[in-house]
Amino acid sequence: MTHDKRSVLRLAGWSVLAAAAALAGCGKKEEAKPAAQAPAPAASPAAAPKPEPLKIAFAYVGPVGDGGWTFAHDNGRKAIEKEFGDKVVTSFVEKVPESADAERVFRDMVSQGNKLIFGTTFGYMEPMLKVAADHKDVKFEHATGYKQAENMRTYDSRTYEGAHLAGIIAGGMTKANTLGVVGSIPIPEVIRNINSFTLGAQSVNPKVKVKVVWVNEWFNPPKETEAAQSLLNGGADILFQNTDSSAVLQTAEKAGKYAFGWDSDMTSYGPKAHLASAIINWGPYYIKATRDALEGKWTGNSGTWWGVKEGAIDIVSISDKVPADLKDKVEKAKAGLKDGSYVIWKGPVVDNAGKEVLKKDEVADDKWLGGINFYVKGVEGKVPTGK
Amino acid sequence: MDQIALLVAATMNAGTVLAIAGLGLLINERSGIVNLGAEGMMLVAAIAGFATGVHTGNDWIAFAAGMGAGALMAAAFGALVIWLNTNQYATGLALSLFGVGFSAFVGITYTRERLSERPKFEIPGLADIPFVGPAFFKHHPMVYIAIVLTVALAWFLYRSRGGLVLRAVGESPESAHALGYPVRRIRLAAVMAGGALCGLAGAYISVIYTPLWVEGMVAGKGWIALALTTFATWRPARVLAGAYLFGGVTMLQFALQGAGVQVPSQFLTMLPYVATIVVLVLISRNATWIRVNMPASLGRPFFPGS
Repeated sequence: MTHDKRSVLRLAGWSVLAAAAALAGCGKKEEAKPAAQAPAPAASPAAAPKPEPLKIAFAYVGPVGDGGWTFAHDNGRKAIEKEFGDKVVTSFVEKVPESADAERVFRDMVSQGNKLIFGTTFGYMEPMLKVAADHKDVKFEHATGYKQAENMRTYDSRTYEGAHLAGIIAGGMTKANTLGVVGSIPIPEVIRNINSFTLGAQSVNPKVKVKVVWVNEWFNPPKETEAAQSLLNGGADILFQNTDSSAVLQTAEKAGKYAFGWDSDMTSYGPKAHLASAIINWGPYYIKATRDALEGKWTGNSGTWWGVKEGAIDIVSISDKVPADLKDKVEKAKAGLKDGSYVIWKGPVVDNAGKEVLKKDEVADDKWLGGINFYVKGVEGKVPTGK
Repeated sequence: MDQIALLVAATMNAGTVLAIAGLGLLINERSGIVNLGAEGMMLVAAIAGFATGVHTGNDWIAFAAGMGAGALMAAAFGALVIWLNTNQYATGLALSLFGVGFSAFVGITYTRERLSERPKFEIPGLADIPFVGPAFFKHHPMVYIAIVLTVALAWFLYRSRGGLVLRAVGESPESAHALGYPVRRIRLAAVMAGGALCGLAGAYISVIYTPLWVEGMVAGKGWIALALTTFATWRPARVLAGAYLFGGVTMLQFALQGAGVQVPSQFLTMLPYVATIVVLVLISRNATWIRVNMPASLGRPFFPGS
């Protein structure tokens, strides 16, 4: 290299270093990247005379801007800030992959003084368990998982109730009697949602059929679009999803068909196609968990599963296209879920191979619901084996 | 029959993105430069196109914005790789990572935005022919542009003087330099043209294919386009065919799932990459095959003084 080039490169190198230092100084948020990088420290005000605010951290699997799953969790985090003001300091890391990298992020959160950590996806289970074992003074909350520890507990929302309510609308509105579902990853939670959606549709329209296509990811807008398109090509006229973006709704909008919003209110993404949104409201649980931690009432080795009754699940923005009597059925079901008089998973229920999985009047308990790995009658195909 | 026509249509649509990006990468790889920054360029172009679409309401200006963004990023890459002779693979990867982060950063305020209602396209008359109509004649103009581009690029590469010079630069930049051609400027032009086409593909994704903005929405199509160019042994017609093949595999998988046939989706996801490796193994079997099928100076830096 010539002398000129070397000095140019040296100048470039110092400028980059200076810029990086400047950027690292501001900014509370950090992006998780696969390559090892020095994380930008989260800004945390020290409250000297008052008791130290509780530091709470969230790990998200997707971007806050997904308008779906992660967006809903972030709204819950904001609810905590609104409720507890300066008693808490919250932060989050988004796009943390469901892999060993998550462990690094959790350890980092612990080292930054966070005492209450939320992991918002199933795939964080093992990493959280490992980090929890090493830091018994930190409380860990894991969403949609099933492993617990003395300082780790699980929480979940009964998304299947929202799916069921959406199913009622779908069953009543479909003209082709074929519904399409874009599935994410074939774990019991998602299969249960598909089944509950089908049961809801069948409750108003016994002839309805449900086709399922698996994307094998939580979030992949182009693939979700392709999956939705293939369902429409296969004859479905109303789409449902368990994926995290609004791509399915947008595909339905483009094709002049109907679809639902999932996890968050997605009306604005497809105003003509949108029938209703089955949303999750994490606020009530997050406020309770924070209150438990602040008041010393937090205990591990437990699981919470909230639904319509506790205000964690709702179906909102029901379109005007839905006729009044159908809307009425949905409201009645919702009220029934609130007071416990309406049970979705009550026998007789038959799987799509003809086997009876719930006897007449038998009510499924949470354990049974947690292990669903079959399709109910009316859903086409077989549940994919393995993840 | 109807379903197959729709599958063909969906395949063409899915393949168009890969084809346009693949053709762009073909141009710069033919000049000897490997630009691994395809994914980053497509993402930046996607947000540029989407943002422009939101503000102007005009799709074609949005496409132009995407092309501009891609060309700009490619120019920065070109300056580093052609004049400062940095390692092409490392620089390309850096460009990709930069594009991923930069597009996410710029796009923060656009995640809740929507474009105006997407137009439907069909060629009047031809679109009504049973089977052939819905399969081939109900597409967005970009699908046809991809086909025209393939033909134009093949003509340019093999029948025009400019294409000959480009290929010469790719095979032996030293010889081209000895003949008096401005090798570095030709390479820069090729890299920028490649960037512009990758940008067009990226803008198409965010404006037409999945008309929304979410960070990371290109979801790996840039990497598939890179594999595609190699899989197609740097020939335009093969790039188009390969693009439809790769695009078709995804759509076929979904169609099969919807019909109740279970093929592990992970297998189909890895198929494009496995196919590319197979092709690489085949063409590398002996020195002659390598020379015939690959631009000889691919990935190697060029020093005009030495």
